[in-house]
Amino acid sequence: MSAVQVSEVRRRGGRVRRRVPGSRRLAAGFLLPALLLLGALVVYPIAFSVRRSLFDAAGTGFVGLDNYGAMFSDDGIRTALRNTVVWVVVAPAVSTVLGLVFAVLTERIRWGTAFKLIVFMPMAISMLAAGIIFRLVYDQDPQRGVADAVWVAVHDTFADPAPFPGARPRPRAALAPSGGGAFSTRAAVRAGSPVELPLIAVRPDDLRGARPAAEAAARPGAVTGTVWLDFTRGGGGRPDVLDRGEKALAGLRVEAVRGGRVVASATTAADGTFALPGDRAAGARLRLPAADFAEAYRGVDWLGPALVTPAIIGSYVWMWAGFAMVLIAAGLAGVPRELLEAARVDGAGEWQVFRRITVPLLAPVLVVVLVTLMINVLKIFDLVYVIAPGSSLRSANVLALQLFRSSFGTDVDQGLGSAIAVFLLLLVLPVMYVNLRRIRKERRR
Amino acid sequence: MRRRLDRTALRTTTAVAAAAALALALGACGGSGGGTDQADGGGTGGGTAPTVRLPHLAGQKVQVTAVWTGPERANFVKVLDEFEKRTGATVDFVPSGDDMAGFVGSKIAGGGPPDVAMLQQVGVLHEFAKKGWIKPLGADARAQLARNYSRGWRDLGAHQGTPYGVYFKASNKSLVWYNARAFDDAGAKVPKTWPEFLTTARTLSDSGVAPVSVGGADGWTLTDWFENIYLSQAGPEKYDRLARHDLKWTDPSVKQALTTLGGLFGRTDLLAGGTSGALQTDFPTSVTQTFGGGTPKAAMVSSADFAAATIGQTKAKIGTDAKVFPFPAVGAKSPVVTGGDVAVALKDTKAAQALLTFLASTDAAKIWAQAGGFLSPNRKLDQAAYTDGVMRTIARALIAAGDDFRFDMSDQAPASFGGKPGQGEWKDLQDFLKDPRDVTGVQARLEKDAATSFGH
Repeated sequence: MSAVQVSEVRRRGGRVRRRVPGSRRLAAGFLLPALLLLGALVVYPIAFSVRRSLFDAAGTGFVGLDNYGAMFSDDGIRTALRNTVVWVVVAPAVSTVLGLVFAVLTERIRWGTAFKLIVFMPMAISMLAAGIIFRLVYDQDPQRGVADAVWVAVHDTFADPAPFPGARPRPRAALAPSGGGAFSTRAAVRAGSPVELPLIAVRPDDLRGARPAAEAAARPGAVTGTVWLDFTRGGGGRPDVLDRGEKALAGLRVEAVRGGRVVASATTAADGTFALPGDRAAGARLRLPAADFAEAYRGVDWLGPALVTPAIIGSYVWMWAGFAMVLIAAGLAGVPRELLEAARVDGAGEWQVFRRITVPLLAPVLVVVLVTLMINVLKIFDLVYVIAPGSSLRSANVLALQLFRSSFGTDVDQGLGSAIAVFLLLLVLPVMYVNLRRIRKERRR
Repeated sequence: MRRRLDRTALRTTTAVAAAAALALALGACGGSGGGTDQADGGGTGGGTAPTVRLPHLAGQKVQVTAVWTGPERANFVKVLDEFEKRTGATVDFVPSGDDMAGFVGSKIAGGGPPDVAMLQQVGVLHEFAKKGWIKPLGADARAQLARNYSRGWRDLGAHQGTPYGVYFKASNKSLVWYNARAFDDAGAKVPKTWPEFLTTARTLSDSGVAPVSVGGADGWTLTDWFENIYLSQAGPEKYDRLARHDLKWTDPSVKQALTTLGGLFGRTDLLAGGTSGALQTDFPTSVTQTFGGGTPKAAMVSSADFAAATIGQTKAKIGTDAKVFPFPAVGAKSPVVTGGDVAVALKDTKAAQALLTFLASTDAAKIWAQAGGFLSPNRKLDQAAYTDGVMRTIARALIAAGDDFRFDMSDQAPASFGGKPGQGEWKDLQDFLKDPRDVTGVQARLEKDAATSFGH
């Protein structure tokens, strides 16, 4: 090696590599295994998918871009596309924000590590298991689904459940529906002649311990009557007639309504009878208010078509907020304390410190978390596959799931499936680009 | 079509099974020896002499996949145990999950298909046969089939004249199970016709019990409702044409059937949990809520005989608490819609053929018949093998129907129309349950999906 060459190397700070004879071949030799692996496992499948997406279901006829056209004209796939967009926008953002909040807060509290451990724990569960857990959590039956159990419990704290949900009069009885679930008598009532108010469709459970109904005594100067279940066990009862053994409906509110105003009200006794003061109630119509017959509150239809995607995103956030939190917490540890202290000394409030100092300093970490989660969300499959019931599978559909459903099984179209795969790849590219640029920038620093 | 016991639990088992299957496929590559001599098996099924001769298969492994879970799986494993005892082969049962076609398809793509699969859809059998995925029956299995099965069932298991499958398990889908106590309380009578059925439902509703439980979360329960009504109302000839999609779904007969069904689905007070409740109820729940607990949530559930297995999980006793009546006649006659599980060989091994031969025999049918929750299309099976009277009655009706039954329509269609959750007929009928007034819209969607799937 000549002196000139050596000095050249020194001048450039040792960054120039010396050419060794035969180094090209050597380099190729070292690269070959990696290239082979990459080629076989990444490049070839991509090329194959692109090619396959241009052929029909059988894989023999060339169809050009028809599969892509079919993809965007199919309602089901368009729903999947829309849902994927919702996923990519909402799930990483919510997870990151929650992670940031948890990270900043746990830094301040005494049991921070324990809290972090708990929030991070769902990460240790597989998506499949998490899906099964949340399928149960979102079950509409409050006896099984914890989400609805809480929801219904809270609801029922503020609104008492009706005593006889679902009860109603027979179609041509003295009582008729009068809007909003209430029932009113067809005619005005008179004092001194008892009113019969028969109802049906009372659940046997609600009647436990009910006494037999009694005919109300006619009392001058009072409007009296009976509310009872007009259904004889085992059948055979006469409609609209108080047969022996028919049960009383106790505790019901009976209102006398005149001109849209309630002028008197009473509650039925244990034998189903009630009495209203004749001076006010006579000439009014009797009404049984809707509140006593309202169907039991069934809770939220979490897995119905409308809420299924937000519900599944919720389960995703449950899993991945911990991941975001741990990364952000690590970033937070690297934020210089002096800066925060300086800001506080300068009179900044905690919120200002958070907004103006912590978040900007954390920005690179936040971008990493966000981008990682975005890539992760684009391929979301298992949670949707497991949680969504068949009746709302279509409303919950995402591209990765549609890719699977289009490609595998019988009676499938792998051309279409490949087109979806290529499209998913195109969606990932911009995110990958952002990620690569960031990594390169970091290396340069 | 198919029942999905607990979907989520099932998916877990599927995942586990997939891993296990992989391991087995690797392991099974090794040995393929086994004796060639014929011999009578050791076991005797139900205490009588074996009616079928099976080869010795010591050391061989057979992998069987079926959708069955829970009690059905346990009972099928009893049948497989007897096969193991008689031949010395090792049989592994792998639950496939509710998407059998998808499961087998991915296994074949991966190069490790199970030996034998129990398919539920005729359409799937034809597709597999066309692709060459399944192997024709061997001579022994054909002999059993000819001896024990009526022509209708043999034809169902064939593709273009070549026999491929053995219908091991049949189901009668034209039944309504009812809670006897709810009927007694309401003084309701067992209906024979559709108008009577609606009257009974109203009487039950008046008594404070939701009359009809519908498992709408599983699309196949809804196709069964439609098929029963259509077969009875429009007749078998139109049924066959619609099944082949020679008749369009926009046909007035479809409109009439959907309108009839809408007379039930459109009445929120007649469905347990209302429309939204029905859409979230899966098949097992639709049965258990009719018979489980102190006060049932529903009085009737229209379901095939295999609901008996699910009823068995509740405290209700079949025959006294849980009774059954034939699906009411909408037209002139009550319909008889059947389903069934057909065993096919995915590998042409001796052990796989031996298992098919065994499944076609009366010995195999007898084991599950004794265990309950099972109907065999095997006409040589002694009806006394059925342990409970209800199943015996259903079985007798099935055998007596001879070749007059019609196979489940959605199971004859390509899987993308009649056999996959969230698409095709399953999805369209769920939309119909959601909004039963939109008959024309549902018809249009059904026709569009059918045209795509059938390709004509």
